[in-house]
Amino acid sequence: MGWPLRSAILSGLALLALAAASLLVGVGDLASPEILLASRVPRTLALILAGAGLAVAGVIMQLVAQNRFVEPSTAGTTESATLGMLVITLVAPDAPVVVKMLAATATALAGTALFLRVLRAMPLRARLTVPLVGIMLGGVIGAASTFVAYRTDMLQFLGTWQAGDFSTVLRGRYELLWLAAILAVVAYILADRITIAGLGRDAAVNLGLDYRGVVAVAIAIVAMITAVTIASVGTVPFLGLVVPNLVALAAGDNLRRTLPLVAAAGAGLLLACDVLGRVIRTPYEIPVGTVMGVVGSGLFLVLLLRRDARHA
Amino acid sequence: MIETQDLTRRYGDTVVVDGVSLRLPERAFVSVIGANGAGKSSVLSMVSRLLPMSAGRALVDGLDVAATPGDVLARRLGILRQDNGVAARVTIRDLVAFGRYPHSKGRLTAADRGHIADALAFLDLEPLADRFLDEVSGGQRQRAYIAMVLAQDTDCILLDEPLNNLDMRHAAAMMGLLRRAVDERGRTIVAVLHDINFASCYSDRIVAMRDGKVVAIGSPEEIVTPEVLRAVYGIDVEVVMVKGYRTVFFYR
Repeated sequence: MGWPLRSAILSGLALLALAAASLLVGVGDLASPEILLASRVPRTLALILAGAGLAVAGVIMQLVAQNRFVEPSTAGTTESATLGMLVITLVAPDAPVVVKMLAATATALAGTALFLRVLRAMPLRARLTVPLVGIMLGGVIGAASTFVAYRTDMLQFLGTWQAGDFSTVLRGRYELLWLAAILAVVAYILADRITIAGLGRDAAVNLGLDYRGVVAVAIAIVAMITAVTIASVGTVPFLGLVVPNLVALAAGDNLRRTLPLVAAAGAGLLLACDVLGRVIRTPYEIPVGTVMGVVGSGLFLVLLLRRDARHA
Repeated sequence: MIETQDLTRRYGDTVVVDGVSLRLPERAFVSVIGANGAGKSSVLSMVSRLLPMSAGRALVDGLDVAATPGDVLARRLGILRQDNGVAARVTIRDLVAFGRYPHSKGRLTAADRGHIADALAFLDLEPLADRFLDEVSGGQRQRAYIAMVLAQDTDCILLDEPLNNLDMRHAAAMMGLLRRAVDERGRTIVAVLHDINFASCYSDRIVAMRDGKVVAIGSPEEIVTPEVLRAVYGIDVEVVMVKGYRTVFFYR
């Protein structure tokens, strides 16, 4: 038990250090407690909640689709949630953000279910065609969103949901993200079942698991996490892809053991990227979505080359 | 005990399994043989509730598999199919531990740990137990899945081509292990086999299928004959006695 405990303590400390950095870095005088309470603390909490939630959503998606290259943004989930946000904003512009989030959850669920159905109908499921199908599906749905937004003069709104940015996070405007933490806890309760589903339908049915039920609950969790993040801070690319892969390489996929690690690493990576975006060209900020795009794609490339070397 | 009544599977107008009625013996090794597309795997899949039947019934210990809750069946029937893609990266020990899931629901007791250790030892996997599934050879992975099904501690085990991807040495070792599971542990094993000589040397009973129907069922002495094999595979073969076993020569 020595190794897991030590790595848990170490990753906890690293997370604390990053959170402290996030509290301290930025424009504005920390002597005034109001800046800390109204802006820095909410922003740091939002980063931790969104990072942990997105990483958890990514690993669930990868196990359910049995593919390492799948995450909400390569499965049509993100684009579907964005379309839902757009439609509800057009239909009911004054609806509270909870209602918008629920609408986005509904479309995200539908989009993800469509993706899994297309996968099931595919005769040949090579490792790389699965995310390609998801990206194409996402592209089609994204195009529909752009078309609608263009016709209704909503392109600017669309932009805010598509680019993850935490600079506007203030007290009273991020609390919905606690839902992501609750969903991560639900996923932890279901950890054994989700891991068994990741062994494939045959093995899961053999072990007496209600496979369809578990997959349905799992994608509901993924859809809801995606929707709350988009509704509160926008899309963050690569996080759900890179973090689960890194954790799987180091510690495997048995979620009962690794899910806390996935959540902590997701929170840590998002915090690090956001702090980086704040210091690169102070007093200006680079949105975390952009920083994560660069850092995440780099990490992903490293992972890809590594994996291919091993499973040639 | 496994029993099927008029088991049928259709895809549109194509009938893959055509009214199969079987009663398989307990505490025995039963091989299912037949040409490609004879319906062997489909029968196994329907008995193991992985494939819905178009008509007929399958019973395990008298329980109708279509009507019995999955977790009840999971304590009586273990199944292993060929296409075990390795998506989830778990260790061999974790995989075998999941075999206890129908009993433990994730909370392992001392008895569960005993079953896990026993299955790992039975398949000689202890030195590899903490390796991840994608870090071992195909044969070792196959053994890990068998260990999972053994840890599940069910009376009946269904295996779809358990020798696939195994070389001569590992295939013979696997058959020896399965035979021991029957003789020493009193399990009933039903396996789809493509190698007629393995079926002949290790089985108590052989079920021969062709075009979705059972054409013959009996002991190796009754099934491994030129006449029956011509009816099953449609080729002429020579049956030779080697060390007291009926062996089929069909290579040229």
